[in-house]
Amino acid sequence: MTVTTNAPPDRQHSRGDTQAPPARRRNLGDLKVAMIFLAPATLGFVVFYIWPTLRGAYLSFTEYSLLTAPQFNGLDNYRRMIHDSFFWNALVVTVEYVVINIGVQTVLAVGIAMLMYRLTKSITVRAAILLPYLVANVVVALVWYWMLDFQVGIVNQGLTWIGIDPVAFFGDSHWAIPTIAGINVWRHMGYTALLVFAGLQTIPSYVYEAAEVDGASEWKSFWRITLPLLRPVLVMVLVVTMIGSFQIFDTVAVTTQGGPINATRVIYYYIYERAFTRFDFGYASAMALVLFAILAVVSLLQLRLLRARESDLA
Amino acid sequence: MTLLSRRTLLKAGLAGLAASAVAGCNNGAASRGEGEVIYWLWDSAQLPMYTECAKVFHEQNPQYSVKIEQYGWNDYWPKLVTGFISDTAPDVFTGHSSKYPLFADKGQVLAIDDYVAKDNVDLSIYQKGLADRWIGADGKRYGLPKDFDTEVYFYNSAFTEAAGISTEQLNSMTWNPQDGGTFEQIVRRLTVDSKDRRGDQPGFDKDNVKVYGLGYADAGGADGQTSWSWYTAINGWKYSEGEPWGTKFFYGDPKFTETIGWWRGLITKGYMPTYAQAKSGVDVTTSFGAGKYGMTPNGSWMLATYAGLKQVKTKLARLPIGPIGKRMSMMNGLADTIWAGTTRREASWAWVKFLGSQTAQDIVAKAGVVFPAVSASLPAAKAAYAADGWDVTPFLETVEAGDVFPYPANPNAADVTAVMTPAMDAVMSFEAEPSSLTKANNDVNQILSTTT
Repeated sequence: MTVTTNAPPDRQHSRGDTQAPPARRRNLGDLKVAMIFLAPATLGFVVFYIWPTLRGAYLSFTEYSLLTAPQFNGLDNYRRMIHDSFFWNALVVTVEYVVINIGVQTVLAVGIAMLMYRLTKSITVRAAILLPYLVANVVVALVWYWMLDFQVGIVNQGLTWIGIDPVAFFGDSHWAIPTIAGINVWRHMGYTALLVFAGLQTIPSYVYEAAEVDGASEWKSFWRITLPLLRPVLVMVLVVTMIGSFQIFDTVAVTTQGGPINATRVIYYYIYERAFTRFDFGYASAMALVLFAILAVVSLLQLRLLRARESDLA
Repeated sequence: MTLLSRRTLLKAGLAGLAASAVAGCNNGAASRGEGEVIYWLWDSAQLPMYTECAKVFHEQNPQYSVKIEQYGWNDYWPKLVTGFISDTAPDVFTGHSSKYPLFADKGQVLAIDDYVAKDNVDLSIYQKGLADRWIGADGKRYGLPKDFDTEVYFYNSAFTEAAGISTEQLNSMTWNPQDGGTFEQIVRRLTVDSKDRRGDQPGFDKDNVKVYGLGYADAGGADGQTSWSWYTAINGWKYSEGEPWGTKFFYGDPKFTETIGWWRGLITKGYMPTYAQAKSGVDVTTSFGAGKYGMTPNGSWMLATYAGLKQVKTKLARLPIGPIGKRMSMMNGLADTIWAGTTRREASWAWVKFLGSQTAQDIVAKAGVVFPAVSASLPAAKAAYAADGWDVTPFLETVEAGDVFPYPANPNAADVTAVMTPAMDAVMSFEAEPSSLTKANNDVNQILSTTT
């Protein structure tokens, strides 16, 4: 999962300390050089993103079994989707995962960021918090899979030791999605916390000083100052992590593989199964396109409703 | 450094990048020699033996050589399929009976009937029935067999001794779908609760079990290869009309549902872990190795894995005799197949023919990792297993008696699995009754009728 965010606004600039230099007409003579620098990224973007997306869109209107040429079949794939109970189940399971994953992760990340902001500026602590993110997804999933084993896993041994009955984390339909969501919270919360932490640093200290003079409690200044001023950064973090969260695949692929029954057959895993084990590529492409549309709508809604472009720091 | 030379360097660098990118896109079919065959397999344990085979093959046929590439099972199949699409598949590859029917259906594997006839290949040197597994639904032959596998029970001999169960008892078990026969009695006795009471002793607490009599890896999906396939077989059930090329499946048959009903009954009785517990683990062998199971059914390809479990002493027991009066095992196997798109048909066929010969299978057999398909090579494998401390007779008896049945092959195997796996999971986790399998069976037959 790669994450890009808008750089926090330049502190000096946002305080209005310095004047921006007067705009100068750009010299078109730079165009050639600019093109040279842009070319590699553009080429990559077209070859690896635009072209596959267009081809995927085309394939979604075909019946394509990989080993024979695609045949145009109009909206058949989309019609099938409406009646496919596995597809709807996959959407529900994915949403359940996203809600747990993003909910828990965001709360924890803000908590960690606040702790870091108020208590320490140590680089070592920041590095340590980032550590889980540096371990490959598959490795994290496998290690947790071992630790959460019902019979020989260390977590259940510990639970038994303190008198709690062992839990079938991956095998119980009710536990499987929360378990997978929890594993990914563990891996990503440090990284998310650092993004929030960067956001916290953009809040000018005079606001807090003013609040202190007015006698605001710590709790009150968190709700009335920190969160509202953090909003633009928080929205970006939410949009980006939520897009990533919808694309949950690897943890499922190396642990439960969709089971027990259909409890963890998330949409990406179902698309993968259809495309690469059942060679139903047209149908898989159609589902991928629907997921694309869902993600676009969700992201736009978030940006709009949470007014990502405006800052309350006027 | 002048500007000019920097520019030249940049251009040269870009050209180099482009060239290597292009080169990375093909498997070098054009650049390698006319007699060089690329061969794929997934089992890393067999790589040394096949490397030796390739050496001997090259000595016998100096005009040909073989380049072996190994990829793990999970990478192997997607890589192979992308190879088919992009015309970069290996010339020869190891095939599996659950996978090749689809490839044959899509014209990706070469039928070898003409070669077999031309070279007078003797198909009677293989274990009975093995060579025929590679005749597809269209009646054409798609490969020469290289090995086979069957199932038995792997048991923890310290546990059976403690329970006072003799080797004779273990090897003469009977089974029926009503009370599970002497097999269930043994499983019950092997089950121990947290207060050291056995399953057949008064006060046995089925909710606090320390050692389960029987372990299982999963609900078995569409084939039940290592979970229920032998119970249903000795209950007189068949997967489908027209084995192994199923046209109509029978998962809704009472003989099947009563067997599954009995099997999941072991969970209720506390002799088997719940489905959630069984699935919430790394795998069944790890739990067996940690002393959590009395016995676990498994296939012959797992011998090396069980040998690696150092905390337990493992032995093998025969499958039980059922209502039809005998014991039966699934017999599955692998074969070497040729990609239809190869530009080196003669060389590929020469390599496949060599791998199907006794010379090659003797080399493989001596390592004691799999049972060779050539009957005459089997003693070498037996000796190798014996040297590792395994008496593999239980695996071979059903084969020698001819009491084996094939893996349910089907060009739509992946679709059938997609229906049957969740359906069986639901039954084993008591979220659906065995009678619900009738609906799953209808779905399976629906798939077969619409796609063929």
